[in-house]
Formats: sequence, structure tokens, C-alpha cells
Amino acid sequence: MFAYLLRRLFFFIPIVFGVMLLTFVLFFVVQSPDATARRVLGQKATPKSVENWLHNRGYDKPLLINHTPGKPWHDSLFIHQMGRLATFDLGTSDVSGRPLREVFAQGVLPSLLLTLPAFLLSIALGVGLALYLVFIRNAVVDLAASLFCVALMSVPVMVYVIFGQFVVAQVLNYFPAFGFELSGWSTPKFLLLPVVLMVVSGLGADVRLFRALFLEEMGQDYIRTARAKGVSTVQVLMRHVLKNGLINLITLVVASLPFLIMGSLLLENFFGIPGLGNVLFTAIQAPDFAVVQASVFLGSLLYLGGLLLTDVCYAWADPRIRLQ
Amino acid sequence: MKSLDQIWVQNLSLLTGYSLLAGLIFWGARSERWRSAWRRLKGDTVGLISFAVILVYLLIGTLESIAVPSASGSRSLLQQLTRSIPQETSYAAPLASTALSLSDPKPLKSRHLLGTDALGRDTFVQTLRATRSALWIGGLTSLIYIPLGVLLGMMAGYYKGWVDDLVQYVYSTVAAVPEILMLVSILMVLGKGLGSMSIALGITGWVGMARLIRGETLRQVERPYIAAAKAMGQSNWKIITRHLLPNVMHLVLIKFVLGFSGLVLAEAVLSYLGVGAPVGTASWGTMIDASRSELSREPLVWWNLTAASSALFVMVLALNLFGDSLRRAFDPKQGA
Repeated sequence: MFAYLLRRLFFFIPIVFGVMLLTFVLFFVVQSPDATARRVLGQKATPKSVENWLHNRGYDKPLLINHTPGKPWHDSLFIHQMGRLATFDLGTSDVSGRPLREVFAQGVLPSLLLTLPAFLLSIALGVGLALYLVFIRNAVVDLAASLFCVALMSVPVMVYVIFGQFVVAQVLNYFPAFGFELSGWSTPKFLLLPVVLMVVSGLGADVRLFRALFLEEMGQDYIRTARAKGVSTVQVLMRHVLKNGLINLITLVVASLPFLIMGSLLLENFFGIPGLGNVLFTAIQAPDFAVVQASVFLGSLLYLGGLLLTDVCYAWADPRIRLQ
Repeated sequence: MKSLDQIWVQNLSLLTGYSLLAGLIFWGARSERWRSAWRRLKGDTVGLISFAVILVYLLIGTLESIAVPSASGSRSLLQQLTRSIPQETSYAAPLASTALSLSDPKPLKSRHLLGTDALGRDTFVQTLRATRSALWIGGLTSLIYIPLGVLLGMMAGYYKGWVDDLVQYVYSTVAAVPEILMLVSILMVLGKGLGSMSIALGITGWVGMARLIRGETLRQVERPYIAAAKAMGQSNWKIITRHLLPNVMHLVLIKFVLGFSGLVLAEAVLSYLGVGAPVGTASWGTMIDASRSELSREPLVWWNLTAASSALFVMVLALNLFGDSLRRAFDPKQGA
């Protein structure tokens, strides 16, 4: 198993390199460093300040190969950027100049406080509802439920948030509409509404997916055997369908586990939660290209981590699978 | 893209898009699989209703997309048809006779079915006009990602070997970047606009299509008809276009319809984030963005948000339901 995972990691190297190349082309070739400086510093920037900004960040080096006599050929923007990312040096913010490692580290906890409960809750709720639908097996209820799921999926996230924030916080005056505090009992108060909204906005898709998984399990031979033995429907569902369906389900959802760190772009901004989603949102508005570039790199690492987790999960959940 | 605003470019590309779609359907209609799917679809009430709703949206979007010459350059056919509705100076509630102001409720020029926005424009007309952005994003992006994804997917599945490795490597790399980050980075660099939004969505969108088509192609090449075509000495290219393509085309159609709803939603979210539709282009995303502050006004302004999100919701819902109906019609065994 260890050997397998090591080999998997080895195969990730070209993909990480590809992502690095992609971000370089996007942020340094399609948009020249000069243009970046002008957009970050604004219209009124003097040529001198643009030059300083570029020099301070090392963006004034030649693009691919340094032809200047007396300088080594590898003293170029491309080599520097690649080396920087390869050593996990995320650089500094274009706008505030703060080291990005610090900025990101600060956002992890608030993001996780929002996404982790929402993730667990939506799986629990989704599994419960899907099992119930499989249990009653009624044509009318099935049609109504699938219509309702599609309807839930068709509402854009921001509409959920705007309506939710308006109705619960402004009309009913129930929860704080905005803000965040990392201290004891006031934190859940701020997080309750965003967590609920996150669960609701994803519920339609979850129930649909889980129901399909459980229905597939219902069609298996061992279910027929269990029924023929005289096992009751509830027992079949709990002992067989749920247990076997959960294996597929866990391997499916585990890939999105690393992304919980990234938080939620829209929700965090709406509710003023200082997580990574908010960092990114602010960077988009600024614009702060360094933050976006670093997020792309980190995001791809998280994705690959998710793939690895899925493999491990498969082997753990299904003993027939040996990773070699 | 500025060129979209020129009369003839706009009308011509509209015509091209529709002829492509019509060609696809006529070409597909020759096969027995498509005909039996159509027969099944005719008995599917939900599918037919959602199809009718999509047609209404298509009609509205087309009216807004056809440019006609006018005194001030050009205007859309929809603007021409609704020119009798006057513009007010500020907010007006639905069907109200006076402007929305506590201190100075002036009489309005006319009543407005869904009220007016901050600039006094009729909300109903604005909502209808925004259909164009959604349809253009869906259409243009589909024109980019479908040919790319289908071609690369079929080549990977048919040739296997290094072609497959290369295609898989490229799409794994693109898929490794979370979609929203990819979209935002591309749009930040390319700038706002319907054209750049389509390019960005096309770059992220082809991955799913290529994966789907590659998988199906791998299954199809094992079938005897491919071996027969090879034995008859047909060239690889002919096998791909004449034999493989018709057999994966129904998957493309289903993915196209379901993908369209995702694209319409993406357009709204990106416009909301401020990297999507440019200023001055009617879009449901920008309408929702603008209405965010209106909910805290006194008196409350709710009609802009409601109109834009309902229009968006109904369109996405119709596309999702119709896509599901199509899938059931093409593959009755799989069920819901």
C-alpha cells in the first residue's frame, strides 16, 4: 500500500508542474507583469512607482532566459516563479505586501468552522432523506421529491443567501446577520445561519446522488436473498443497503474533504467570516493577483490530496481491493 | 467582446448558432435511437412542459439578440417592441401610480408590471433583456467546449497509447485546479465580457465532456461494427466521424442540455462576483448583485431581486428537467 501511494505521489509531479506552468502562462505571459503592476497600483501610478513595485517583487527579470551579460542564464522570471512554488514559498500579497503564508494560515480555522459542520450535517441529512425515499418507494412521492431536488439545485447560491439573510436576520431578527467572533459561545451564533444555508443549497444534489446510490444497491442479488429469507424492509435498509451504500458514498465524498479548508467564496463574504473564501473574494475585487495565483496552486494540491484520500478509502472500505 | 455589439456580427452568429443546432437535430433524427427517444419523450409531460419553457426563453433571447438599426446606432428587436414603456427617474413599486419615495411621491408616467429599478427602467423588460446574456454564454461556451471535448475524448478512446496519455494528462491538469479558481483567474486576466466568460467556461468545461466521451468510446471500440469497419479498410478518421460520432452523439446532446443549465448559473455567479458581464449588459447576476443593497432600503425594494432570481430559477429548472427527460428517453432502462 505504501509503495502504491508513493507511486501515486510520483505521478502527481507532472500534474503539479502542469498547474504551475498554467498559472505562469496566465499571470505572467497572457497578462504581462507591467500590466499587473498598473492594475494593482491603479491609473495614477507613476512610471517610477511601477518600476519599484516590479523590482521589489523580482518581476522585472526577463521572461524565460536572461541574456544580460554578467548574469546567469537562469536568473529569469520563469525559473524564479517555478522555484518559488516548488519550495512552497507563496510570496507576498500584491496589495498589502503581507506574506501570503500568514494570510492563508489565519483563514483556515474560520473556514473549517463553517464548512466542516456543514459537510457533516449535509451528509447526515442527505443520507437520511435518501434512505427514507428508498424506504417508502411511492411513485408520487418519488416524483415530487425528485422535482423538489431539481428545484433546490436550480437556485443560485447567492439567492439562498440573500433570502436567508433577509428573512432570518432582518425580518425575524433572530441571528446576527453579519460578523464573526472567535470566542466561546458567540461563535456558533454567528455560524448557525451560514451553515444552514450551505446545507440547504447543497441538499438537492446530495439527496439525488445518495438516492441513486442506494437504489443501485437495492437492485443487487444479496438484497433479494435477504428479502427471500424474510428480513424486514427496515432491516434490509439498515443492515445491507445503508452499510454497503455508505462504502460507495464515503469514497465519493472523501475527495471533497480537502476542499473544506478553502471555505466558501460566497457565504463567507456575505456573513463576514474571515476565512479563505473571504480572502479570495477580497483578492478578486482588489485585484490581488498574487493571492489568486497562490490559491490556484494550493487548490490543485488539495485536489490531488483528495484523489489520494479516495484511493486509501477504497482500500480501507473494500478489502477486495489491494493497492499495489 | 465589443464586436458582439455590431449589428451584422451579432445577427450572423445568431443564425450560425441556430443552423448548427438545427443541423445537429436533423442529422441525429436519421438514426433509430433518436427516433425512439423522441417517441418516448412525447409521452413525458414534465419533459414537454420544460421544453416549451425553454423555447419561450429562446424566443425572448432571440428577440433581444436581433439588432435593428435605429436613430442612435442600433437597438434590439425587444427594445423596439417595448419602446412604448417609458423610463422613470427612480424606483417604482409594481403597479404603483406614484414613485417610491416617502417624502416626494411624484406621479409616474405609467404603471409598471414589476416596478422599476434604481435608474427607473422597467424591471420586467430588464429581466427579459437579461435572457440574452444567459443564452449567449450557454451558446458560445457550448460552441467552444463541445467540439473540443468530443474530438479529444474520441481520439483518446480510439487511438489509445500516447494520444490517450496526453489527453488524460492535459485534462487531469486542468481538472486539478478548482473550477471557480480557474474561472476567476482567467477572467481576471482577460477582463469582463461575454466573450471572455465563454472562453473561461470553455476551458474548464471540456474536461467533463472529454472524460464522458472517452469512456463511451473505449466501450464502443470493442463492438463488432468497429472491427467490421476496420476490416473493410476504412480510414481511422472515417471510422471516428462516420461510426463512432453517431453512436456517442446522444450523450453529447444530454450533456449539452444539462451543461447549459450549469453555464447559466455560472454566468450569474461570475457576474455577481464582478468578473462576469460587463457594465451596461443586462444580466440576472448583475441584477441580483445590485439588488443586494435594496433589501435594506426603506421602503423595501424586493421586485428586482425576485424578478431576476425567478427568471433564472425557472430557466435552470426547465433545463435540468428537460435534460433528465432526455436521459430517460435515450436510456429507458436506467430510469430516474
